[in-house]
Amino acid sequence: MGAIELTGLSTVYPNGVRAVDSLDLAIRDGEFFALLGPSGCGKTTLLRTIAGLEQASEGVVSLAGSDVTRVEAGKRGVAMVFQDYALFPHMTVAQNIAYPLRVKRAPKQAQTAAAESKAAGLGLSALLERRPAQLSGGQQQRVALARAIAMEASVLLLDEPLSNLDARLRLDARTFLKRLQRDLGLTTVFVTHDQAEALALADRIAVMSDGKIRQLGTPKEVFQRPADTFVANFIGSTPMNLLPGSVSDGLVEVAGARLAPPADLALTDGTPVVAGIRPEYLRRSTDGITGTVSIVENLGVTSLVTIECPGDTLVGLTVPEHEEPEIGATLTASPDQGRLLLYHGETNQLLGEAAVAD
Amino acid sequence: MLRRSVYVVFMAVVLAFFAVPMLWLASAPFDSDPGLGLRWPDWTLDNWRITFDHPYALGSLVNSIVLCVVATAVTTVLGTLAAYALSRVRIPGRDALLYLLLLLSSVVTGTAAMVPIFVMMFQLGLINSQYATGLVIAGGMLPAAIFILKDFIDSVPRSYEESARVFGASPTQVLLHVVLPVARPGIATILVWAFVQAWGNFLLPFLLLRDVEQQPAAVLLRTLKDEGGSANLTVIPVFSLLYAIPVVALYLFVSKRYGFRFHGGIKA
Repeated sequence: MGAIELTGLSTVYPNGVRAVDSLDLAIRDGEFFALLGPSGCGKTTLLRTIAGLEQASEGVVSLAGSDVTRVEAGKRGVAMVFQDYALFPHMTVAQNIAYPLRVKRAPKQAQTAAAESKAAGLGLSALLERRPAQLSGGQQQRVALARAIAMEASVLLLDEPLSNLDARLRLDARTFLKRLQRDLGLTTVFVTHDQAEALALADRIAVMSDGKIRQLGTPKEVFQRPADTFVANFIGSTPMNLLPGSVSDGLVEVAGARLAPPADLALTDGTPVVAGIRPEYLRRSTDGITGTVSIVENLGVTSLVTIECPGDTLVGLTVPEHEEPEIGATLTASPDQGRLLLYHGETNQLLGEAAVAD
Repeated sequence: MLRRSVYVVFMAVVLAFFAVPMLWLASAPFDSDPGLGLRWPDWTLDNWRITFDHPYALGSLVNSIVLCVVATAVTTVLGTLAAYALSRVRIPGRDALLYLLLLLSSVVTGTAAMVPIFVMMFQLGLINSQYATGLVIAGGMLPAAIFILKDFIDSVPRSYEESARVFGASPTQVLLHVVLPVARPGIATILVWAFVQAWGNFLLPFLLLRDVEQQPAAVLLRTLKDEGGSANLTVIPVFSLLYAIPVVALYLFVSKRYGFRFHGGIKA
């Protein structure tokens, strides 16, 4: 009922920028879907194209099986929450929430009833008579959500839903949003530049750059097996180690160490590779990458240790609290079983399958 | 201490300079023998009776109101619509067009165009028409009104409109439900400004309304003389007071009713 299908979709701005570049994507009914990428990657344009606020230059947008590419915004059955919430400042909370019904010229009683029920669902009942300026950031966001829900659309679009909240509130709102989406069962697409937010909320994530999808997968797939070095670099709260190396005698030579490649990979000698290892998946051991400890950053439960390896390569790894090494000490670490990823040195694509076994 | 006394004395002189005409306007209409100086009035209401009996005084105030309502309504409505369009639609040379209009507007209703305007209106047979004069005044005010309103509407976030559109609002609904209410303080400002401009406009009504029955207060004020040809100080103080009231009243009304600014709803 709320499935979204995009086929060969491009959105080109008048200045010639291809913000969305021949993109194919299918979002399932009831899915919580994240569009993730750095700023300028086209994720917001894609969301606005689905909403109908931008006109697709090529390709087809279909909602629930029908082609809506040329249908105006507002007639597509798509509700949207804007990054700045865009609550109407001259209307009360109740009037704001009931606005989608007012547009349809619904009777006043229906409008009031809708405002009251949606407000009750989002804990806004006490605020119905206030104006947006009298609300906190979190309350404003819930009013914007209530207004979008009041539209009774089959698809909900959220543009950077958490970016305007302060850090502490953001975590609460994240949990709240995930539960709300589960309860409503609405197909929900949200845009974010924060990888942690995407990993925490979404059922599936599309990582975008330059108007194209770099990887499409569950948070687990995207985190554990990034499809290329761009995604590998972008996902994760500590940057992944991406170490250039080469293959000799069936082993991977990186940062002055020789590591055993993933079992299912057949590598020819001399292939240039980039080894990708998350700092969280590196453990101290007797054999592996050896270097001198140069920086220790406290992350709370763990610390991020940077070691300088032969060839001026910097490698990061996390160690549990109380186990921080001294600066200048020598430390040897090796990747956990199955956590070493290899990318082709020229194409930057992952060697092997991107799928993850649960 | 000395600096402070100098400052106080200076401020007192400046204040008196501005206060004297106001006090004159408050006292002279009630003085049995009003002069050009300021003095404690010898209270009477005779001046009021004489002014009300004047054949054109009250009529000219009504004329002023008709003229200003036409000019203000045309300026505000067309100015708002034009400013909204110019703010939201990209056309090449838009800014140049705006500046050119602003530049020319001072010419169009200024002294430079006095003769052409008179000839044009004469040939159109619109001399002595209050509505036509109102339109000419509005024409002169529109560029400045559009310029100011465009700046104001530029500052209204587009996401308000986009949000309304996503919820299914038609362009008319977007305008009526969202743009106009949000831009209301700006529109109110232009409304008062246009009214004041038109109310005080002397040159155009003087040129285009030759019939004394049609003339607004600003023009009639010039003709208030006694038999000897000197200023009629019985009628002028009362008339001046009456002439000042509508503008002040409008300002107070609009500022109370529409002058406050909405904000919030956009998380910046």
